[in-house]
Amino acid sequence: MLSKRGFLGLTGSLVLVAGAAFTPFAHAEDEAPDAMIKRLSVDVLDTIKADKTYRTGDLTKIVSLVDTRIMPNVNFQRMTASAVGPGWRQATPEQQKRLQDEFKILLVRTYAGALAQVSDQTIAMKPLRAAPEDKEVIVRTEIKGKSDPIQLDYRLEKTPGVGAGWKIYNLNVLGVWLVETYRSQFAQQINAKGVDGLIDALAEQNKANAKKG
Amino acid sequence: MKRVLMRWLALLALAATLQGCATVAQPDPRDPLESMNRTVFGFNDAVDRAVLKPVATAYKKTLPSWTRTGINNFFANLDDVWAVVNSALTLRGQAFGDSVGRVMVNTTLGLGGLIDVASDLNIDKHKATFNTTLGRWGVGAGPYVVLPLLGPFTLREVAALPVDRQGNLVNQVADEGTRTGLTLVDMVDTRSTYLDSEGVVNGAALDRYSFIRDSYLQRQRYQVYDGNPPDEDPQEP
Repeated sequence: MLSKRGFLGLTGSLVLVAGAAFTPFAHAEDEAPDAMIKRLSVDVLDTIKADKTYRTGDLTKIVSLVDTRIMPNVNFQRMTASAVGPGWRQATPEQQKRLQDEFKILLVRTYAGALAQVSDQTIAMKPLRAAPEDKEVIVRTEIKGKSDPIQLDYRLEKTPGVGAGWKIYNLNVLGVWLVETYRSQFAQQINAKGVDGLIDALAEQNKANAKKG
Repeated sequence: MKRVLMRWLALLALAATLQGCATVAQPDPRDPLESMNRTVFGFNDAVDRAVLKPVATAYKKTLPSWTRTGINNFFANLDDVWAVVNSALTLRGQAFGDSVGRVMVNTTLGLGGLIDVASDLNIDKHKATFNTTLGRWGVGAGPYVVLPLLGPFTLREVAALPVDRQGNLVNQVADEGTRTGLTLVDMVDTRSTYLDSEGVVNGAALDRYSFIRDSYLQRQRYQVYDGNPPDEDPQEP
């Protein structure tokens, strides 16, 4: 039997705990960046493993998975701006929007193909080297499967109170940063044919990819 | 073989000169030879489409996956032997220990390298060649060059090539027929492992030449720094 005092004490603690849980601490719900990447990766890998239809070669399902689960955690505007480089500021808001849309289709479609190959892969996290006050961090992971492990790193920026508290703005596969790989290709197009030339080139590439299925 | 290669080189040099050195609008500082490189790149692509790719595709279709894994492991084990030497030259204790362990385990338990037992035992693989050794000693990568039939290189890699070739045990085989045979199998096998990823490159690249160059140079740097290159955060526009 709980003594009266004990019971009061217990109630008191419960109130305290409840109070702590509901106090609106500034962004107390924000995740650690590595925890967020791990949660996302496990979620996506498990979803693909659990459902064979993801591997049938039809990319529509994978594309929608990427759109709903991954893209909300990506600052795609920053990614596009960074890949476009100095030309970004010369672009009108309308052009910027079209650049983002076409670039997104290009990346999602081509990399969805890689996700469709998932079979027995698991994710391993590497230790996070970041100070708690860092606004930008690199999270390093490794995808382990039958063949050699694939290093997969992410650059994240702090977005307090928005989404999970962090957004991805660059991705590194096997030592190669995605944004950097596009920078000179985009600059080439802009130098030759301006921002509209780049938009057209991206749109054309997307059309060609869509034809290949 | 060597003479044929020299003739190709001469021909390509001539072709590049005759092109009047098609000027590149905004030259990349890492790629001063871009117009010549693009010519060689196109040539390599044509050779690949005509010969190497069909052979590699047939190889992949004909041989069962376990056989190809065995062949792949065999050559990877030889790379580990060379990694032992280069880890020692750069005083990488962990990499040296791991590589020695990998070679010993895979050569014995792994039946001469055909089975990668070491990876199952979680002994990490560390890629190290004389090229990465030079890089770790502080030699810069130098300009990007595309060599006929051999593909993308940095100048440092070209300089290291004679040593790296000697370091590949395949080139220590006395019998020329065996040596050439092994080299060809290695080449076809390596090419077959890229068959899936090249679809991604073709879909993702606006300009395959720049896409491959920029990925290649980043990857080189990544390897020289043991997978931890100093951070160069992209410049915001």
